[in-house]
Amino acid sequence: MSGHVHRDYTGAKFGMWLFLYTEVLLFGGLFILYAVYLARYPQEFVSAGGQLNVWFGGGNTLVLLTSSLFVAVSITALRRGAVRLCQGLLGATVACAALFMVNKFFEWSAKIDHGIYPGSAQLKKLAPGEMVFFNIYYLTTGLHGIHVVIGAAVLIWTMVFIKTGRVHADDWVILENAGLYWHLVDLIWIFIFPLYYLLLH
Amino acid sequence: MTSEQPPAPADRGFFGEARYPGIFGWIFSTDHKRIGLLYLWCIVAFFCVGVLLGLLIRLELFAPGRTIMDAQTYNAVFTLHGVIMIFLFIIPGIPAAFGNLIMPIQLGARDVAFPRLNLLSWWLYISGAGLAVTALFTGGGPPDTGWTFYVPFSAQTSTNVSLATVAVFILGFSSILTGINFVTTIHRLRAEGMTWMRIPLFTWSLYATAWIQILATPVLGITVALLFAERVIGTGLFDPAQGGDPIMFQHLFWIYSHPAVYIMVLPGMGVVSDIVPVFCRKPAFGYKAIVVSSLAIAFAGSLVWAHHMYTSGMSDTAVMVFSFLTFIVAIPSAIKVFNWLATMYQGSILLDPPLLYALSFILLFTIGGLTGLVLGAAAADVHVHDTYFVVGHFHFTMFGGTGMAFFAAMHYWLPKIYGRMYDKTVATVAWGTIFIGFCILYISMKVVGMQGMPRRYWDYVPEFTGLNQLGTFGSWILGIGLVLMFVNLIRGVRSGTPVGANPWGGASLEWQVPSPPPTENFEEDPVVTHGPYDFKKAGIL
Repeated sequence: MSGHVHRDYTGAKFGMWLFLYTEVLLFGGLFILYAVYLARYPQEFVSAGGQLNVWFGGGNTLVLLTSSLFVAVSITALRRGAVRLCQGLLGATVACAALFMVNKFFEWSAKIDHGIYPGSAQLKKLAPGEMVFFNIYYLTTGLHGIHVVIGAAVLIWTMVFIKTGRVHADDWVILENAGLYWHLVDLIWIFIFPLYYLLLH
Repeated sequence: MTSEQPPAPADRGFFGEARYPGIFGWIFSTDHKRIGLLYLWCIVAFFCVGVLLGLLIRLELFAPGRTIMDAQTYNAVFTLHGVIMIFLFIIPGIPAAFGNLIMPIQLGARDVAFPRLNLLSWWLYISGAGLAVTALFTGGGPPDTGWTFYVPFSAQTSTNVSLATVAVFILGFSSILTGINFVTTIHRLRAEGMTWMRIPLFTWSLYATAWIQILATPVLGITVALLFAERVIGTGLFDPAQGGDPIMFQHLFWIYSHPAVYIMVLPGMGVVSDIVPVFCRKPAFGYKAIVVSSLAIAFAGSLVWAHHMYTSGMSDTAVMVFSFLTFIVAIPSAIKVFNWLATMYQGSILLDPPLLYALSFILLFTIGGLTGLVLGAAAADVHVHDTYFVVGHFHFTMFGGTGMAFFAAMHYWLPKIYGRMYDKTVATVAWGTIFIGFCILYISMKVVGMQGMPRRYWDYVPEFTGLNQLGTFGSWILGIGLVLMFVNLIRGVRSGTPVGANPWGGASLEWQVPSPPPTENFEEDPVVTHGPYDFKKAGIL
């Protein structure tokens, strides 16, 4: 870095927002495929989508929305100097992320127990549109799951920064950017949930 | 070399100041100039490898049937030539190397907005490149799909496509991070007085490019990720046996890869826009029009991807819409060409090597662009689709365009970065050799394509022998010219005559700092009082 201390919060957040656009476009590719295949196989999408469990999806939506609230409050807490509260809220967010993944584990396990997973013999007996549906379901929720894990890791990393004092009440842009990333993970789920769990019921 | 004293560290600018000893001072440096040079020499090295592969392809095509390699090797060689040239040379070429070296100085900044992220980008680039090379020697052998990785073949071939897609994903990530860094830098780190309309056109072109990098590259990321998933866990989203559609792969691929050709060429246009005014001693004609056309190309170029797919089985409506949109992109490109020519009109033209390369860009890119219209018109395209005409076309735009601009940038800015001048006579001879070899090679491709020779074929009917041999002769002349040029440049940066801050008489900020620039670029933050081509106010004229 340059010799003098250069702090540009607007620049740092600007860069983060640009990065979030790229994430949206990454998922955008999957949403395009979803749209095209839904238009091609509407009946089969409904019959396959109807097999997803709304309660798993709905529960996870609740978990993620709550976690986003925790992150948002944690930033305000840090800015007001309530470091322990902030750490507690971030810990709660990470716990939500873990809960989400556990929930996902059971949801996927149930499907896999029924023999429905990419490349399985059972899957290949289904109608073409149903195969596409389950493949894209696994890919989209899988990629989202990876983002949940990355987001949780980023939050834990931020907690370490807060503990070591690198992030504090006067220098909190790292926490804000980590929070922005977490909101993105939440936001993408808010599109996945209705598309896969609600629309097709 | 004479036995002169080595210059004091202070005179060597940023070369004299490293945070770590030896090579670590480079590969762990966050200085944008050091990172730019890391990119530059890696890119040049990969370019040389790509050229060698290209020469091998031409050698194989010297005669029908087997000449020097079997068909499978030939498939691997042209795939590798494409992957290296596209992902390791042309896409990062000008933005990552010269963007890093020059753009912050042009803005009056001390570095980019996120210097450590910048270093990470380089590491991702070199890791991706390393993986791409690893893919050649591991798994089922070098990929043989062509650089476009079209399914279903790419999903089924036993060659090591999986690792190659990982490499492309990582290279894409590198490109995205560079784009984010540049957009943020241009928004946030302009010096006092550096208004938007005083930004040099090179930096403006990087701005437009960086937006495409940010908005298009993620789509490539998901596309190759899906191909990877299809190969590794059998998700089959592009597999008709599982209800998928291979055309969707082509759509997603070109949603990135067509805008990517503007990632490749826009910075080249920026280089030319910066060079032409300096060597004609006239302000850039139509500065605002060039700025707007860069942004217009970035925007319109994102809407034309399916013109690569006229023969892939789209609806006629889609073909017509995409054909129309394709013609629209020609307008901003033509605006640039006319503005460059108008800049030269009545200028005091100095035919130095940078301008020679820039002029060959204008000529060759115009030819490449016009032949692009032949391909953009659906009716003509169905006849020449997948022939050597296409190969000739994109080499005119990519090599005649971006490649020439890259050489122009090296001849223009390397004296700035190293503080030493190459031999201009040799540079001019090298330019002439490259130009002649280029024309023989690629014009023969266009003609043989018009006659019906398909691209990517290992063998051809004897009727095409003459033109193929002519092309191969051209490739040798081109190769000699390139060797001459690189040897001259390398001798120049090592032992050329030292130059002052402003060897060409430029008016933008990079010419106001010493050559080589100091680590922090500016002693004190500059205040900009005139435009980048205002030679009178800069005291050049």
